Order: sequence, then C-alpha cells, then structure tokens
Amino acid sequence: MNQTAGAQGPFIQFAQVSKHYDAFQVLKNINLDVAKGERIVICGPSGSGKSTLIRCINGLEAYGSGDIIVNGLRVGVDRASLAAVRGRVGMVFQQFNLFPHLTVIENLMLGPMRGRGMSATAAREIALRYLARVRIPEQADKYPRQLSGGQQQRVAIARSLCMEPEIMLFDEPTSALDPEMISEVLDVMAELAETGMTMLVVTHEMGFARRVADRMVFMDFGEIVEVAPPETFFTAPKSARAQDFLQKILNH
Amino acid sequence: MRIFTLLSSLLLLSGCSGNWGWYVVNPATPQGWINLKFMLSGLVYTVQLSATAIAISIVVGLLVALPGLSPNKWLRGLSRSYVEVVRSVPILVLILWVYYGLPPVTGITIGVFWAGVLALALSDSAFQAEIFRAGIQSISRGQYEAAYSVSLGYRDTMRYVILPQAIRRILPALGNQLVYMLKMSSLVSVIGMQELTRKANELVVSEYRPLEIYTVLVLEYLVLILIVSAGVRWLERRMKTDERG
Repeated sequence: MNQTAGAQGPFIQFAQVSKHYDAFQVLKNINLDVAKGERIVICGPSGSGKSTLIRCINGLEAYGSGDIIVNGLRVGVDRASLAAVRGRVGMVFQQFNLFPHLTVIENLMLGPMRGRGMSATAAREIALRYLARVRIPEQADKYPRQLSGGQQQRVAIARSLCMEPEIMLFDEPTSALDPEMISEVLDVMAELAETGMTMLVVTHEMGFARRVADRMVFMDFGEIVEVAPPETFFTAPKSARAQDFLQKILNH
Repeated sequence: MRIFTLLSSLLLLSGCSGNWGWYVVNPATPQGWINLKFMLSGLVYTVQLSATAIAISIVVGLLVALPGLSPNKWLRGLSRSYVEVVRSVPILVLILWVYYGLPPVTGITIGVFWAGVLALALSDSAFQAEIFRAGIQSISRGQYEAAYSVSLGYRDTMRYVILPQAIRRILPALGNQLVYMLKMSSLVSVIGMQELTRKANELVVSEYRPLEIYTVLVLEYLVLILIVSAGVRWLERRMKTDERG
C-alpha cells in the first residue's frame, strides 16, 4: 500500500496516521505517498474518513499520531507550520464557503492581499487571471448569492488558485450541486489536472475519476483498503469491500 | 405611522385633562419658552453620554466576547465571569459605586460625565459581549475554514471574514442596546449630570408642575428614541443589500 511514486520521493507523505473522535477511530494507520503532479481520487462509503484524510493535509483537522509531511514540511498544530502548509495547499469545499459579504473579485483578492501580502493592484491582476481561467470573468463584481451553484464553485476554485498553491484538495466539490452544473465544475478541475497540479479529490464522480485520476484510493471504516490505477480499480477491484462499494454506486 | 403614534399619545393625555397647567412649558409665553429651553438643554448631554458609553461598551464587549470563544477554558471562564458579575449589578448601583466609591479607592476623582459614561459602558459591555458571542457563533465553521485555507491568520479571519458578517446579523440587537442606553442614561441624573431627566427634576422643584414637565420629558425621550430607531433601521436596510439571500 505504501507505494512510492516518482524518483524525487513523495510530495505528500502519510506515515502511520491515526485519529480518534473520543472512542471512535476515524483514521486507522494511514500510509500513503503522493508524488508531485499526481492526481489521486479518494472514494468510499460516507463516514469512511475520506474528508478527514484530506482535511488533515492543510491542518483543518488535527491528527492524533503519525506524520503528515507536505513537501518536506511536517503538518503540526502550531501556527507557524500551519501557515506555511496552508500557503502551499489550496482547498475547495462541498459547500463552496465563499464569503457572502464580499464580491467575487474581493473573495479572490482577500487571500493574496492578507495571506500573501500582495498589493491590491497585484491581487486584482491575479484574481482576474484566474477568474478568466474558470471562465467567469464577467461575474467579478457580483455577490456570490447572485451566481449559480456551479459558478460559485468555480469562483471557489479560482479563489484557491489565486494563492498559487502546489497542491489542491477537493472535498466532494460537486456533491452540493444540481446535476446540470456538475460537468462545468468537473471540466475546470480536469483542465487544472492537465496543468500538472498535484490534486487530491474526494468525489463520487466515477467518470471524472476514470478520466483524470492516476490512482484511486478506496477507504472504508477509516482505513485505506485499496490503492490502484483507475482501470484496475474499476475493472478488477481486489477487496470485497471495494467490489461491494462499486456495485452499489455503478449499478443503479 | 410614527407621527400618528405621537399625536395619538398626545391626544390621549390632553383628553384626561382636569387641572393641567401647560403654561409652564408653553412656548408662547416668555417664562414657558425659557422653561422649555431649559429642559431641552439637557438633550446634548443625554446624547453625548449615551453615544460615548455605547461606543466604549461595543469595544469592551468585543474584547470580552473573543476570549469567550477561545478553546482555552481559562480564557472562556474569565470572559464568562466578567459577564456574570457585571450583569448582576443594577445600573443605578453601578453609577453610585463608580461616582462615590471609585475616587476613595483609586485616588482619582472623575467628573459626573465620565463617571456616568464609565458606569453605563461597564454595565452594557456585558450585554454587548453576549450579543457579539451569539453573532460570531452564528457564522458557519466553513467560513473560518475557507479563510484559513487562503492563509489568513486568526486576526485577519476575524477582521475581514467573520466580524463583518456577524455585525450585520447583530445590528438589530445593537440598535436595541442603543435605545436601552438612551433610557438608562436618565439614571445618571442621580449624581447630578445635567441631562434631560435632571433638568426636568430641577424644573419641577421650582415650578411645582410635575405632571406637565414629566409629560414633556416623556415626549423628549420618545422623539429621541424614534429618531434613533429609524436610523438603525435605515442602517440595517443598507447593510442587508450584500448579505446572503
């Protein structure tokens, strides 16, 4: 399971990571190495620890034991290490979490100005660039509530990209969207994958996984059950649990 | 609608007139005009007192609320105790204590105005802290996470993301506190602050017409507070335009 990928060593490394909520163990002895530029899709039943796994990478959740190393930097609980990691890791949430009191362009400029110390002029320039990249430059001066769900999620992706991260985390980015808006978000993500961005995506969109993922990570009950390239995972899953899961989500 | 409320309350009062002596505050007579001007001269102090006190109480309230939301239980306890203790002291008692009690203890003499401001602000800060705490807690966890994920620290997250949203939500409650403060400022008359109520009391002593004079006093507060309420509502409407729909 502890597959090493790439000659330069792992870009993100989970080493024996465990986490408990009181008596309940959400992560059980997680070992996973992710290479630079790799696209990982994480799937599994709800409550299997997928979201917790990626939220540990940028320290939105603390983990109990083990180590998570992001590009040579251990994710700790102290402010300095969290700030350093968060500067490299972007995150897109299921509920978008745009700032409702700010316009789209202000949503995008806040991180560069307050997180990276850029000037307003430079932040606006970078914001407009990424807004064009997610193909909604004309919405710059609107408030989030004036946009569709798909547009809001694309703004959220652009907001993360404005920090020019090395890694992007996606926590069920299309689960809160109406079906007709899912593809516009997935397309933007697929384009991003083509640029060589290291991506960890928690999703149930198996079409996207087949198209984009380098490796599939299947989780159940807080542990990584199976890691395999998508063609192997979808056609010949080894574990019974993965077979069961795939049957449930693919055949209905 | 507000004008109507005002007029109907006036009519109601003059309707039950038996021995009214409105001459004391009749602006058509020289003495009545002087009396009226005397009463109105307290307005500026009432407004200054309340405005200064509310400004201070908002700042102190926020400073008390923030540690109350900390994961550290000592900080939470400190904030909680402040709120509990200050909230249990009646405002009038606090005014007397600050004015008569503080100077011998600290050796610093403070004027009537600042004693009043201090007592009102202190008392109100406990309520402001509770309002801020509730407002901040109403903002979803996701807003913090989004702010942290774009490298904002705690301070910037509060300043640019959480507080702007929280303040929009608590604006009606802050408006209530301002109205409450305007009314409670009348208590500062007991230490000799020359605000609306004190002026009315002094006039009653010299003119022996409590009914008329206190009626005017009621109207003074009524008009003042209706104006403030309208102002708060206007502000709410203006800020609402960019809240989530």
